[in-house]
Amino acid sequence: MFKKDLQGAPKSKLKSSVQRSLRQSLLTTYPLLAPYIDEILPKKGSLEAMKLPDRATLYVLDGEPLFFQVDTNTLLPHLKLVHRFPAGFPSIRIDRGAIRFVLSGATLMAPGLTSPGGRLPSGKGGEPEGLDEDDRWTRELEKGEPVVVRAEGKTEACAVGFLVEGTKLVKEKGKGPVIEDAHYLGDGLWRLGTE
Amino acid sequence: MADTETAEAPGEPQSRHVVYCGVCTLPPEYCEYGGTVKKCQEWLQRAQPALYQVIWSAEALEAATASLSVEAQKRAAKDAQKKAAQAEKAEQKQADRMANSVVTIKRVERNKRKFVTAVSGLEAFGLDLKKVAKEFGKKFATGSSVTKVPSGGEEIVVQGDVSDEIEEFLLEKYKDIPEDNIELVDDKKLKKAAAAAAA
Repeated sequence: MFKKDLQGAPKSKLKSSVQRSLRQSLLTTYPLLAPYIDEILPKKGSLEAMKLPDRATLYVLDGEPLFFQVDTNTLLPHLKLVHRFPAGFPSIRIDRGAIRFVLSGATLMAPGLTSPGGRLPSGKGGEPEGLDEDDRWTRELEKGEPVVVRAEGKTEACAVGFLVEGTKLVKEKGKGPVIEDAHYLGDGLWRLGTE
Repeated sequence: MADTETAEAPGEPQSRHVVYCGVCTLPPEYCEYGGTVKKCQEWLQRAQPALYQVIWSAEALEAATASLSVEAQKRAAKDAQKKAAQAEKAEQKQADRMANSVVTIKRVERNKRKFVTAVSGLEAFGLDLKKVAKEFGKKFATGSSVTKVPSGGEEIVVQGDVSDEIEEFLLEKYKDIPEDNIELVDDKKLKKAAAAAAA
């Protein structure tokens, strides 16, 4: 999505009503963020929006990027936010060999997830959803869901994007694309200055 | 690099603070993919010795490569090399460009005794014109703006004759700019064109 370097644009303050609706949509998309929401979006904070090319919008609070949105699609967290609240987003894990491809902006393919180093959701269910002892998410994720990509042997997440295939199908097929057009470490959005 | 995964600590009341590499901006554990591994390593050793131990210790590296087949390792190494070469080339180019580009400080006569100072060529040194213009304005307490020049590109126009001061200020504040690359020009002939551009 942001392979090329982005040019920073002027930021504009958001109306408090817009802020409120954003907060609401955040909570519906990422229910796991509920415990942290006051820390992410303090009631008094003045959220700012930055328009990016291709009808994307980045939401910034006090110079810290929080979320971005292409068109009016679902909000996606900026990786810096994912690093701050890793428990707030469903995640999958890729094996070591796939990292370098993901970090150069390639589409994430199924073998990187189905190999021994990769971790797809276990589908065991259970409340609350989270990571089980084998480092797998407990709920199967649907097609189109936003998901965070972690990497084998690494602490921090390395990409975030929408699934183009449900995780169950990925397990069955074992090939084909899983996430297209992700926001990854070191891409244009990551390097964009938001001060 | 140990088995501790971030997401294993749910319910943490506060946000985590993640250290990012000062060279390639990635989290340090991803530096190996950034293309500037050497520099990142040096930086980390200096800035975060503890973290450096964790990430670049011999055991950690061994554990990291153990899971890959020999062939994949080779491929990854080749890839990393290519990337490093690329990064180096880009850096070289940038340095070359910096060495060759000239900052021109031009004094333009506006009205017999009134002058404006036009500064061009700063963008080659990776400076944000808008921010620099604001600083000029603050420093010299005059109007300062970024204007387009007819030949394409942009320059900073500062009101008043502050050419010498600007040179001094630039040298002091932005050490990247070599003194020899700053050029002072006194411009009288282009009065009308400049006035039109500034307006």
